[in-house]
Amino acid sequence: MSNRRLLWPALALVALLLLNLVFTPSFFALRLQDGHLFGSLVDILRNGAPTLLIALGMTLVIATRGIDLSVGAVAAIAGAVACTHIADGGGPVTAMALALVLCAVLGLWNGFLVSVVGIQPIIATLVLMTAGRGIAMLLTEGQIVTIDDDVYRQVGAGFLVLPIAILISLAVLGGVALATRRTALGMLVESVGVNPEASRLAGVRARTIIWTVYVFVALCAGVAGLMISSNVSAADANNAGLWIELDAILAVVIGGTSLAGGRYSLTGTLLGAVIIQTLTTTVYTIGVPPEVTLVFKAVVVIIVCLLQAPRVAPALRRAPAPPKAEQEVEEVAVR
Amino acid sequence: MTDPTNPARTRPGNEPLVDLRGITVEFPGVKALQDVDFRLFPGEVHALMGENGAGKSTLIKALTGVHALDTGEIHLAGEPVSFAGPAQAQAAGISTVYQEVNLCPNLSVAENILLGREPRRFGAINGWAMRARAAKLLSRMGLTIDPGSALGNHPIAVQQLVAIARAVAVDARVLILDEPTSSLDAGEVAELFRIIRVLRDEGVAILFVTHFLEQVFQISDRVTVLRNGKVVGEHDTPKLSRITLVSAMLGRELGVLAEVERRTERRAADPAPLLVAEGLGRSGAIEPFDLEIHAGEVVGLAGLLGSGRTELARLLAGADRADTGRVLLDGRPLRLRSPRTALAKGIAYSSEDRKAEGLVSDLTVRDNMILAMQAARGWARQVPRRTADELVASYLARLDIRPANPDAVVGTLSGGNQQKVLLARWLITRPRLLILDEPTRGIDVGAKAQIQQVVADLAADGMAVLFISAELEEVVRICDRIVVLRDRHKIAELSGADAGVDDVMELIASGSTRVEVRS
Repeated sequence: MSNRRLLWPALALVALLLLNLVFTPSFFALRLQDGHLFGSLVDILRNGAPTLLIALGMTLVIATRGIDLSVGAVAAIAGAVACTHIADGGGPVTAMALALVLCAVLGLWNGFLVSVVGIQPIIATLVLMTAGRGIAMLLTEGQIVTIDDDVYRQVGAGFLVLPIAILISLAVLGGVALATRRTALGMLVESVGVNPEASRLAGVRARTIIWTVYVFVALCAGVAGLMISSNVSAADANNAGLWIELDAILAVVIGGTSLAGGRYSLTGTLLGAVIIQTLTTTVYTIGVPPEVTLVFKAVVVIIVCLLQAPRVAPALRRAPAPPKAEQEVEEVAVR
Repeated sequence: MTDPTNPARTRPGNEPLVDLRGITVEFPGVKALQDVDFRLFPGEVHALMGENGAGKSTLIKALTGVHALDTGEIHLAGEPVSFAGPAQAQAAGISTVYQEVNLCPNLSVAENILLGREPRRFGAINGWAMRARAAKLLSRMGLTIDPGSALGNHPIAVQQLVAIARAVAVDARVLILDEPTSSLDAGEVAELFRIIRVLRDEGVAILFVTHFLEQVFQISDRVTVLRNGKVVGEHDTPKLSRITLVSAMLGRELGVLAEVERRTERRAADPAPLLVAEGLGRSGAIEPFDLEIHAGEVVGLAGLLGSGRTELARLLAGADRADTGRVLLDGRPLRLRSPRTALAKGIAYSSEDRKAEGLVSDLTVRDNMILAMQAARGWARQVPRRTADELVASYLARLDIRPANPDAVVGTLSGGNQQKVLLARWLITRPRLLILDEPTRGIDVGAKAQIQQVVADLAADGMAVLFISAELEEVVRICDRIVVLRDRHKIAELSGADAGVDDVMELIASGSTRVEVRS
């Protein structure tokens, strides 16, 4: 079932890559230089690493029927904390640790509002989405803090054959996949997302689960924020991770996880994140005029979402059914 | 069954209003209906009976144009018809009221009744005329509801009646009621039946689907029984015996039922109670009550809907917190803070609302079964796959769950099988006290008998069971002791041996005025 759901996003990705190949015949070329792997595909993955990281956390949050709009702001805060600490003469490792601890605290705050106070997630995390940039501004005193630290630069711009950013996000992907399959976390997250009350009556600690996923997504956002600021060796409170929450949510949705909670797909999220980044790259390679880039992206996203829509997908697979019969087709399929 | 000598086939001086001939409906891999003949006369209440999956819903959907026919034809008042959808069927005078109320709770009663066909004046909705028309319709049905009040403020039963009012508002000649009584209490059912009779006497043909045998005999004039997509009988209700009906539905002799029918002999319950509630209560839910439950006994809770049955159970299960009284388990005080603490102490609660509070519908049968066990272990210690598979396989077999596929998504199972999956979830936690709230509601007769048998077996093995059911026959049959509730008070406790349905009914009825439909 999940395989079929991933078919359309996978095809969309292949189509996008082929489109690039037509415009840039060397698009798939990879070359090894000074022990570093270069090429357009590597660039896509590296530039998409922060989005992928956040999207992974977002997948679990969405699976519990939640959403986290504050991840962009949290990413900015992480960068601001790390860079100001280094600028003040601190070590890069303590700087990163400090940033991540603060992110965990911010995740606790979101989780508290959602699971204890019971505010709707979209509102609860909106608080930090707007306030978070203010906090980052306070930390950087309204300036773009530039730093020069080789260790810190590795996170976003370093290489271990592959860019370290890619390795980090793939490691997190593997870690999440293991943690949700080898433990019962995945099942309990889905259970809470599908039916919170039934889960509570079955003795599931829904509050702990929900709290955990919000802390996790904040940590992901923190690491993403470190990558972004490390890549440019600067903390920009206003623009770091701007709108990344929307890209992350989009990646999750393209990957076939329903915003209504429940079943999720990490592979789908990976595909979704890569599609979004490939799309951005495609815009440049095929030379879409800058004034219509957003429209171009929107059209592709709409097509991918439509292909997965329960009302459209069956119609594509078989001969078009009469419009009235659509709902029944679903019902029969369920049986 | 097209036996011309069958008295039910001929009805003097009356042509069938609806005549289905040789209907076959196929889904991929299944013949949901096979060569079905069905007739509905004006001015009759016709019960459509059958186990889950017998084809009742499919027949209704075939009649109302939801499903296309593979073969066969539909005649309405002698004319062949073919509907492309429920809207067309409704335009032809066939209205359907489904089990779940499909109305808008935030709109007024009048707006709901006339939704989509509001009287208009100068292009705008004429609110005054709308309320007047709704009021006329409601009074025709003998209902005293303010048409201007918001629908959501009324109890479910009244909403159901409003749904019926909406259905007849289009001058329905045929009214289809798909399990309209499954969430109503006795008084509300009586009210519904009164309205059904009014409509019947006006000449409306009423098709009535229910799981309650009693109601079939109370209200229906004729019965058609379906089994595995085929008609196995068409009868005049007064000439039909209960046993004939049940065995026609089940297609087997009544061994299973008879077995539970005899009150199971049980060993004497432990003298020391397992659980004691002293003055336990919660304001607005249930008045303080005392209750003792012993290991190895089945205690029944009887009372009308809203009498506090579920509320009492939820206090014992930690689902709601009590604000007075205390609970003793094995003689030691127990603070029930959450379902989790209750489960840890061996108290499992199966909610009456299977869909909203029981199943995790998108997950598999396996995940649903081990959910409570997994929750008790915490997320970090996953139930080993082998243990899970063994447990699931053993309960699939023991409870006769079909399909016996651990990977089936639970939402796709029939009601009875879903209920069994839930039962398995609680049994896997090895509870000492099992609280079952309406475990047999809305499920077919076979599954019902099986669940009753399981309850009897569990008690025989020493488990304490608190059994809640709206069906008094069932409570009387399987419970050792019956606690009777009325208006959120515990009013009596009967020993099962000398309690009959009539005794319980009398207690429930005593001192209470007729249950009135609130306006």
